[in-house]
Amino acid sequence: MTPVFNHFATCLMVAPLALLPMSLCAQEVLSDTQSIDQAGTFPEYNAKLLLTNAVSAVDGASGGGISNWATIAGRQETRGVGVQAHVTAVLLPDFFYQSHGVALGIADRIELSYARQNFDTQDVGAALGIGQGYMLNQDVFGAKVRLFGDVVYGNTMVPQVAVGAQYKRSLDGAVASAVGAAHDEGVDVTLSATKLLLSHSVLVNTTARLTKANQNGLLGFGSVSDDSYAIQFEGAVAYQFSRRFVLGTEFRTKPDNLGLGEGDWFDVFAAYAPSDNLTVTAAYADLGSIATFTGQRGAFLQAQVAF
Amino acid sequence: MLLTATLSLLLMQQAPSENVDWDAEFGVEEVERDPATGEIPVEPYEQNNENAGAKPFTGDDMAETFGGRDGIRQIAERFVEINFADPRIQGIFAGHDEVRLRRTIFEQFCYILNAGCDYTGRDMKSSHEGLGSRKADLNAIVENLQQAMREQDVPFAAQNRFLSKLAPMSRDVINR
Repeated sequence: MTPVFNHFATCLMVAPLALLPMSLCAQEVLSDTQSIDQAGTFPEYNAKLLLTNAVSAVDGASGGGISNWATIAGRQETRGVGVQAHVTAVLLPDFFYQSHGVALGIADRIELSYARQNFDTQDVGAALGIGQGYMLNQDVFGAKVRLFGDVVYGNTMVPQVAVGAQYKRSLDGAVASAVGAAHDEGVDVTLSATKLLLSHSVLVNTTARLTKANQNGLLGFGSVSDDSYAIQFEGAVAYQFSRRFVLGTEFRTKPDNLGLGEGDWFDVFAAYAPSDNLTVTAAYADLGSIATFTGQRGAFLQAQVAF
Repeated sequence: MLLTATLSLLLMQQAPSENVDWDAEFGVEEVERDPATGEIPVEPYEQNNENAGAKPFTGDDMAETFGGRDGIRQIAERFVEINFADPRIQGIFAGHDEVRLRRTIFEQFCYILNAGCDYTGRDMKSSHEGLGSRKADLNAIVENLQQAMREQDVPFAAQNRFLSKLAPMSRDVINR
């Protein structure tokens, strides 16, 4: 109804000025309604190429499993608003990590994301004296803006570049301060560049991240002795076997503000899109030492739906 | 209120008489196809292989992978056929000369894949001007080309190598 109304309103305003016969306006109203009916049958479709919305990183942004990319979430392009939602589980020897979240991709330009991270300390909780199966929780609110470039198109040498910010709020400030963290909330700033090198079927991503986060923020931010931002790097390389299947590897450096031996992250992942709207990711992830418990290697599993 | 006004205006209309030649009324001219080629004649332009918008591959590998000129012709024709039938992008292709497009797309693919053709079509900028294509439309066209190549059993890595020549053309192809 709205376009008809608009058109009719325009006619009402323009007709007396242009001395148009009102009947002509009425005729156009009719033809507009007809074209709207046709537009109604225009099929909704997935505007983005498969997998180019990437998967959901642990902090909720579109990217790899552990690294942030310059990609924009959701399956819509310049004229649409896309959305994706994910559930992730990481099974580690001494911990169980679970996260879920949603991300909006607006006009292939802006991404807004939210993720909730739940980190089950299992037996470690008892050993550290915070309680058997104590859960560390965190909310992550993210925003990302694509500055220029395109993952697939345009100059081969110009990647898609995006700048992002993530506000992280630990819900366990008491634990964070007990281990020596300076804050229970913090902001990460990221700058990412991503390109699919079609001639080699290889996707490359590099990200620089300014952060104070300890274990991604689950153990707070900064420390009493070292409360400064550090620049960290995230890299990913992936080979595209088909439109639906990608194999890749990721690397992410992390600061060790608390002196607990926090190490870098590494994974090897496979992402598969069984349908246009579903992506499943499985990875072998090496998350190093967490809260002095070393050798945290295990399976990373994610299901993501996107529209 | 508005609905009543609209309705009364609709009722006030006279139906146009049945036997009006609307083409003549609006000065629409019948387009004649060239009897030899079956194509609709176009305004003259300078023909040049550079109009293809990409440097061709060197060597015979890509041409062979795509099944030589015959394979390339089948891919090009299937690609055009899918595009005209695709409801997502029908509006862009509607009114285009499918016969000419089959030929120029074949020539362009054949030239870029180094299978021994010259490209005689227009350059990418002028041939896509005013089509109102968005990135989403280009994505749909890429998917259709992937389907055409898949149907000819072109390996995925070779499909991507070919797409790497076409992807930079987005600058001239995307209008909005």
